[in-house]
Amino acid sequence: MKSLAELQAIRDKARAAVNIRENAEAETRVLVGMATCGIAAGARPVLNAFVEEVNKRGLRDTMVTQTGCIGICQYEPVVEIITPGKEKVTYVKMTAEKAVRVVNDHLVNGNVVTEYTIGANAIGAK
Amino acid sequence: MFRSNVLVCGGTGCTSSNSELIIDKLNEEIKAQGLDKEVNVIRTGCFGLCALGPIMVVYPEGAFYSRVTVEDVPEIVSEHLLKGRIVTRLLYQETVVDENTTKSLNETTFYAKQMRIALRNCGVINPELIDEYIAQDGYAALGKVLTEMTPQQVIDTMLASGLRGRGGAGFPTGLKWKFAAANQADQKYACCNADEGDPGAFMDRSVLEGDPHSVLEAMAIAGYAIGASQGYIYIRAEYPIAVKRLQIAINQAREYGLLGKNIFDSGFDFDIDIRLGAGAFVCGEETALMTSIEGKRGEPRVRPPFPALKGLFGKPTVLNNVETYANIPQIILKGADWFKSIGTEKSPGTKVFALGGKITNTGLVEVPMGTTLREVVEDIGGGVPGGHTFKAAQTGGPSGGCIPASLIDTPIDYDNLIAIGSMMGSGGLIVMDETTCMVDIAKFFLEFTVDESCGKCTPCRVGTKRLLEILDKITSGKGTMEDIDKLEELCYYIKENSLCGLGQTAPNPVLSTLKYFRDEYVAHVTEHRCPAGACKALTNFHIEAEKCKGCTLCARNCPVGAISGKVKEPHVIDTSKCIKCGVCMEKCKFQAVVKK
Repeated sequence: MKSLAELQAIRDKARAAVNIRENAEAETRVLVGMATCGIAAGARPVLNAFVEEVNKRGLRDTMVTQTGCIGICQYEPVVEIITPGKEKVTYVKMTAEKAVRVVNDHLVNGNVVTEYTIGANAIGAK
Repeated sequence: MFRSNVLVCGGTGCTSSNSELIIDKLNEEIKAQGLDKEVNVIRTGCFGLCALGPIMVVYPEGAFYSRVTVEDVPEIVSEHLLKGRIVTRLLYQETVVDENTTKSLNETTFYAKQMRIALRNCGVINPELIDEYIAQDGYAALGKVLTEMTPQQVIDTMLASGLRGRGGAGFPTGLKWKFAAANQADQKYACCNADEGDPGAFMDRSVLEGDPHSVLEAMAIAGYAIGASQGYIYIRAEYPIAVKRLQIAINQAREYGLLGKNIFDSGFDFDIDIRLGAGAFVCGEETALMTSIEGKRGEPRVRPPFPALKGLFGKPTVLNNVETYANIPQIILKGADWFKSIGTEKSPGTKVFALGGKITNTGLVEVPMGTTLREVVEDIGGGVPGGHTFKAAQTGGPSGGCIPASLIDTPIDYDNLIAIGSMMGSGGLIVMDETTCMVDIAKFFLEFTVDESCGKCTPCRVGTKRLLEILDKITSGKGTMEDIDKLEELCYYIKENSLCGLGQTAPNPVLSTLKYFRDEYVAHVTEHRCPAGACKALTNFHIEAEKCKGCTLCARNCPVGAISGKVKEPHVIDTSKCIKCGVCMEKCKFQAVVKK
């Protein structure tokens, strides 16, 4: 160890790994439906894409977690985003690619990706 | 990038209830479910709630599972880790609000009143990975000291912080460093006392098991402050997990160049080696400890000269306790004023206590100085279990004393405890209820000191033995009132004339129980009665005829056949045969067996 900068570099790198242990009371929660229906429809890559992207963007107050079945199995994989003081947003038929866009548009810039929400995809909506 | 972290306690408490097997099973199940790229299993140090071990915490949800068994693991993996459904039945009940809601651990009564400085990383990081310590600002304090501060500034910060030695005596750490720094020598040493020997105390072990790097970092800071280039950690061989993790930590720190030559390019060299103690209590005394590191028999010597002038190998040495060191990096990073703002004026900061005895939440707690004993016992500790009442708390182990129930609202700090005839000690806190005999407790600690006296000085070697003999006499009902006076006189003699701290404090358990529970001593002598019913020689088991249903359960379970009687008729105990094992009392369903 020759300098503080060197220590800082190790710190920043290691920080990402332990961050997750302090986010239990995070502001924004991303809930990925991971019941049997969700997993069968491909929720796991979605969950992992959220974890990767949230970390890449350094969103410290966002927690990505799982939840069970919310009863709309035909729309799985379902992702709910809950921010205190705002209405809950429910995204349906998610994919890893869509997850990346939701992180960038919704979580970073605050713009709900309306076309992925349940409102836009519900039967008879079109 | 892992989406979930599973933290399993790897402290000695949870390890002895199979947390190692749980970790193996977790890894196996996670692999079987194909989650090994997504879920990270981490073995941490002690969470503090040892009574509920083995403990497992799953993040990001922060689900706190208690009393986990190997059989529970497949369910946790398939339900929680795979499908995101928390296994409610295994949650620590205090965190459960209702079926669908849990509250955070910091809101539970056990953790709410705690403040973690020395234990801040225990149960949070993997102690075997230096990167995780660095992620928690580890080694930043050493970096700051070596690149921005002079040794004098470091000492000034320590003096200003008011940090006092957590080993028990409470000597100001900054002062110790100042003395050692002032003495010129070609070689100095910065050492760590990890010879934790008080029965019931395990805070140092937990720090070393859960956060070993904090101690290494602080030792290097001490080395820089006093001008030492070598450190030794004297740790007892009975702490195998702590020794192993310390060695791993030292190796990793050397690899990163945080120990060794020219640390942070500052020209400062510092290295640390471990020395194992064979478990002699006296080696926790500083001069005996250093004699033992030198390879000689662990016996104390007369002070002065103090170690700051002539310590290890005759060179100036500072010797600090594990918990003291664990506070230091935070003091450097956050400043002396921050530290002074916590705790009381004369005892700033926090203190870790090992809660044990008749208490619901056995475990490790860290509270600001000045917290009352009542808060520690009733709120954090969850009170005395089994419907019993709090009688006294013992602090300071064999060197300390008892705090009676009447003083339960005393704010705990160094000076208050000494004023009421006890002492802080290393932080063992043993809770006693009305079934504990205070004479018996004094005898227990005396047995310990008699065993552990090194024998070098007569007051301690012979005096403690005589004390024990008198206590033996009293607890067997053969004592006289003169014995109590003699006991007291001998106590003061031993205190004044012993060579080292062991002998000087050995009579404390007797003196403090005499001070607060003299009536119990008198009852043993004049009435030949043990009020708590704990002293076997003075207790007789008796069956109350009107309550006895004649079920024969006691007679069938008596190991010596001392109980006789016909079915459906009251039984009697033959006291000449009875060995007072108490089995009859335990087995009786009608509370007909009583101690008299």
